[in-house]
Amino acid sequence: MKTIEEICKIREDKRKELDLRVNTQSDTREKHILVCHGTGCTSSESPKILENFRKILKEKNIENVRVIMTGCFGLCAKGPIVIIRPEDTFYAMVKPEDCEEIINTHIIEGKRVDRLLCKDIDGKIVQSLDELNFYKKQKRIALKNCGVINPEDIDEYIAFDGYKALEKVLKDMTPDEVIDEIKKSGLRGRGGAGFPTGNKWELTKAAVGEQKYVVCNADEGDPGAFMDRSILEGDPHSVLESMIIAGYAIGADKGYIYVRAEYPIAVHRFQIAIDEAREYGILGKNIFGSSMSFDVEIRLGAGAFVCGEETALLESIEGKRGQPRVKPPYPAQCGLWGKPTLINNVETFANITRIILNGAEWYSSIGTEKSKGTKVFALGGNVNNIGLVEVPMGTTLREIVYDIGGGIPNRREFKAAQTGGPSGGCIPKEHLDTPIDYESLKEIGSMMGSGGMIIMDDTKCMVSLAKFYLEFTVSESCGKCTPCRIGTKRMLEILQKLCDGKGEEMDIYRLEKLALNIQRASICGLGQSAPNPVISAMKYFREEFKEHAIDKTCRTLECKAISKIIINEEKCKGCGLCQRACPVNAIEGKDREKRVINQDKCIKCGTCLTNCPFKAIGN
Amino acid sequence: MDENKELKEKRYTCKCGKKDEFLTKLFDTYLPIKDNLIQMLNEVQEHYGYVPKDVQMELSEFLKVPVAEIYGVVTFYSRFTLKPKGKYSISVCLGTACFVKGSQKIMDRLKERLKIDEGETTKDGKFSIEAQRCVGACGLAPVFTINGKVYGKATVKMLDEVLDKLEQE
Repeated sequence: MKTIEEICKIREDKRKELDLRVNTQSDTREKHILVCHGTGCTSSESPKILENFRKILKEKNIENVRVIMTGCFGLCAKGPIVIIRPEDTFYAMVKPEDCEEIINTHIIEGKRVDRLLCKDIDGKIVQSLDELNFYKKQKRIALKNCGVINPEDIDEYIAFDGYKALEKVLKDMTPDEVIDEIKKSGLRGRGGAGFPTGNKWELTKAAVGEQKYVVCNADEGDPGAFMDRSILEGDPHSVLESMIIAGYAIGADKGYIYVRAEYPIAVHRFQIAIDEAREYGILGKNIFGSSMSFDVEIRLGAGAFVCGEETALLESIEGKRGQPRVKPPYPAQCGLWGKPTLINNVETFANITRIILNGAEWYSSIGTEKSKGTKVFALGGNVNNIGLVEVPMGTTLREIVYDIGGGIPNRREFKAAQTGGPSGGCIPKEHLDTPIDYESLKEIGSMMGSGGMIIMDDTKCMVSLAKFYLEFTVSESCGKCTPCRIGTKRMLEILQKLCDGKGEEMDIYRLEKLALNIQRASICGLGQSAPNPVISAMKYFREEFKEHAIDKTCRTLECKAISKIIINEEKCKGCGLCQRACPVNAIEGKDREKRVINQDKCIKCGTCLTNCPFKAIGN
Repeated sequence: MDENKELKEKRYTCKCGKKDEFLTKLFDTYLPIKDNLIQMLNEVQEHYGYVPKDVQMELSEFLKVPVAEIYGVVTFYSRFTLKPKGKYSISVCLGTACFVKGSQKIMDRLKERLKIDEGETTKDGKFSIEAQRCVGACGLAPVFTINGKVYGKATVKMLDEVLDKLEQE
């Protein structure tokens, strides 16, 4: 147990000690080596890097250098990432065997290891984080602490204004004032639908009931999205603190966080955060000497996309099959075990503490008229800088793809971006200049979604992408209501026919009709939005659907049944590069002879296409 | 009370007379409330690599929930399986980021080589294939994992090499 005074003392002392993390001019003789421990970097051996650093420092008896694990820095494509503070040197793609050189050259000799410095897309060598184009247009609010603090150390969180918002709320604000502040900030749910957060809090507070609950939705099921995971891995305490604040505002004393079991690191770190907070008396009875009590428990998901839907999530916490309930009543009135329940997404919670500390006015000055603040996107697919980006609402897609994302690799063309995952839609080239906010995205047939943003280049077939999303919804549909269970299956069958070259023109109209019915008649968000990827793909890439249905060709070669790869005899120079690259030895010919593809053996993987220097291979 | 003790004793002892330490611990950690079902199943899946029928019956007795309902939950969530996985459980990520970067090709090749489908195990019990929805390592796309170890920026060639090595074992 710690009193407010003790916590203030920790904050003051620790802040001084950690000044070098955020201040490059910090006059200290210490150095901190920060090693990214997000899932991406961990998968490429960052724990081994950390261990090596510590071992070498010990062997060499170097004392004023500390090695610290942090959350995600965002630029996952360059992982594993090592940053040395206070000078802010950014080393990319570090391998465990590079540690010795970094310590010898950087720490002992005081020079930079040029070979490991990060190269920007334009080829410029970058010395420090701020110089990277990737970070220039970003504004980090929800991700403020990610990559700065050690997520497994509550003191480091406290040092950067941690639990200060909670202190302020408990000391100086009534629950109504808290809700008012959130309402004024204009914060909207970051889970996808964009319901105003303050209103949700108000409704739950107003609901009748002795027992109320706060639930954090961390069931990030959208494939290709990893914002919530990164926040939990990099800054778990900010989510925890906001949950307590929410508990205070609506009058709940118990919270649950529902996390995917596929995120073991996030679960582990959040559990540590809970344990630490309990030890400090921040969770439990009489928090900070007030009459407020609150406790949080983790509930693991077990791999069901539909559990991201709020009522299905509640069912799952209750230990049942995750099938959505019919709404209304909404969880605000009748949620967990029939009690009023507030459900917010991880990223929504991560914004709360910043709003309380900096004020609603500050927050609402960022973003557009109806969408305030920032949004975190998981940028992935065919883009150079894959990673986590946080931009003010209203930033255009072009800025995200080209300025932050560094454009499309292999000199390919941008074809479309998919936002909102299996519930969203695609955004074609014509709409690259659309500002990203809730309304504009909806207008062009996509949706904000939880924040997955997959970029596709011109080698991607939109019919097969639509099929991919339908496969996903078919396997994830819970089966409770017929339109979703059977309707999506029928849609998938039609798409499969198109990809196999067995379709007809009528199929396009059948798809449209089915889509409309499913949207109208399904009971939950999953079903209502399941046809979206198909509808938007058909809206913007109708030509491709027609080609599949009528001409039975696929311009991208992705639909193997209707594509045939051939080598253009005139262009082939007989270099044999394709032959060497072919994984199934389907290319015949020797020496300088022109090569021929044996169609019986060819698996149409397209490897030869990318390997031909003369562009002689095509369909 | 005594009856409970006897029940406990019976529950922890396998038909062959051996005490199952894992179950003993599991039933000691959790309270017998229905809400705990999914948490407990997660642990069972992790420990055995699947959810055996016997364990479902034990859970049913412990939580006072019908086996049918437990079976319903087990079959609903994709993380729970009713059959043991292979010695090498290979999951190919079919999340969107990986899909766009060509993970389907990896999956197709894997199925072709092992001659089994998604969710199946080879006859010798050595390999099993699964489709996974996003491991969250999108920066390394496409990825596949073997017993949890992540192989990033995967290619068909890389898969072949790894399989060659494992097959020789």
